[in-house]
Amino acid sequence: MVAPLIDIKDISFEYEQTKALHNISMKVEEGDFLAILGPNGSGKSTLLKIMLGLIKPSKGKIELFGVDAKNFKNREWIGYVSQKSNSFNSGFPATVEEVVAGGLAKKTGLFHRLPKSAHQQVAEALEAVGMQDFMGRSVSELSGGQQQRIFIARALVAKPKILILDEPTVGVDHQNVQAFYDMLASLNRDKNITLVLVTHDVDTVTDRITHVACLNQTIHFHGFKEQLHTMSDEQREAWYGHSVRKIHHIGGSHA
Amino acid sequence: MIEAILSYEFLQNAFAAGLIIGIIAPLLGVFIVVRRLSLIADALSHVTLAGIAGSLYLSQSVASLALLNPLFLGIAASVAGSVLIERLRSLYKHYEELAIPIILSAGIGFGAIFISLAQGFSNDLFGYLFGSVSAVSREDLLIVAGIAVVVLAFIYFFFKELFVLSFDDEYARASGLPAKWIHFMFMIITALVIAGSMRIVGILLVSSLMTIPVATAMRVTKSFKQTIILSIVFGEISVITGLVTAFYFDLAPGGTIVVTSIFLLLLVIIYKKIMVSLKKGAIA
Repeated sequence: MVAPLIDIKDISFEYEQTKALHNISMKVEEGDFLAILGPNGSGKSTLLKIMLGLIKPSKGKIELFGVDAKNFKNREWIGYVSQKSNSFNSGFPATVEEVVAGGLAKKTGLFHRLPKSAHQQVAEALEAVGMQDFMGRSVSELSGGQQQRIFIARALVAKPKILILDEPTVGVDHQNVQAFYDMLASLNRDKNITLVLVTHDVDTVTDRITHVACLNQTIHFHGFKEQLHTMSDEQREAWYGHSVRKIHHIGGSHA
Repeated sequence: MIEAILSYEFLQNAFAAGLIIGIIAPLLGVFIVVRRLSLIADALSHVTLAGIAGSLYLSQSVASLALLNPLFLGIAASVAGSVLIERLRSLYKHYEELAIPIILSAGIGFGAIFISLAQGFSNDLFGYLFGSVSAVSREDLLIVAGIAVVVLAFIYFFFKELFVLSFDDEYARASGLPAKWIHFMFMIITALVIAGSMRIVGILLVSSLMTIPVATAMRVTKSFKQTIILSIVFGEISVITGLVTAFYFDLAPGGTIVVTSIFLLLLVIIYKKIMVSLKKGAIA
């Protein structure tokens, strides 16, 4: 039996004595397109950071590709796209090619220069996100949506098996959000890349995903999106508070 | 001028050291600027002052240390300062920038104490503060050359990791790069360059040679590699023009080098403005 790509086993996390995540267990299997949904402050980004090893849980354990995360060496199998506004210096003097080639750094290894094939690999990654004509452009000249595509190309260039995205449409203008999620769905469908996504664009994303995890400090639901309607009103309220409305697209439920 | 360089060893030392610094200071400066660490360079230069002043005091008061090259204690203080800055940044996670004024004032504080304890090295001190054409010894030149070898090797072997870390440090950590160690080594290398550059540019102006050529290059470049090359070109023009001017007019080279680099920055800003107006005019 193939091990799950990510296996979270009963993890908890406290931030300055405040409980951020409590007894979370979930698995991400190959081919999943999972959206982690939840209100602000529900611990979505924290959970992603724990998956990526950026922060350590105070309790519990994570296995990546069947290996304890502490001993997991093949980091290039996991691509990461962070919230653009968080970590990117928008005036940085670099071309699209330089930024995307940065995604090959870990795979190439310490003390080695990037291989000669890097140019071709970057071109292929840019083609996958529809940005092949932007190779020589300065990254600071691009729009928010174009920059996010570049960051996905950077994550794709090392040919990851799973892509983890933290609110990737922050800074992307409204009319390009649909096209952005279409591109993610095609990566999942055509290139068999497993996707884990934290987002607030619930209505837009639900047509494309296969799985949903409803998080608010703890997991209130995790499974196929079609099964979401099995959540009771009490569970729904515990997850999102009293103002929650049923999502039109998921599982055929109505508001 | 060339005749004078060929005739006098001190001029050979100054020009050779200047040319080396003109490469390594802007080269490292590109990473310092894009990582928004420019003020750290200032803090480290002031810590170097404490080391230099301490060494000059020790060489006066302890006979066996009379011949000690102040650069060694300057380098040690600068490296210690870089380690302390990192410690303070991790201690004040929500106020990381506090580390800079703390270390900067500690450097000036210790420096002032050593300067007042020792008497009679005001000429030496002036050279360390603002640079000197005549004070670069063959030993200083060898130290600068040694530092340059370390810096160039570091950047050559860790270029891709430094680039990723500079562009997006969260991504660097998430992708499994040893970001913490690379950053730590980067800080040590920065401390070495600052200590090595101060003989020519002076403690008070050393950070400007790491930042102004980069600021100038960034106005006209698109790529990271172009920015590095152009920063070095602007750095070298500033150093050569500054040293020649300092030699002929008997001025502190730190001042002439920095003023030249500011002049270049202004020229590039004006050039860019003219180009933008011409473009707008052409479109209209």
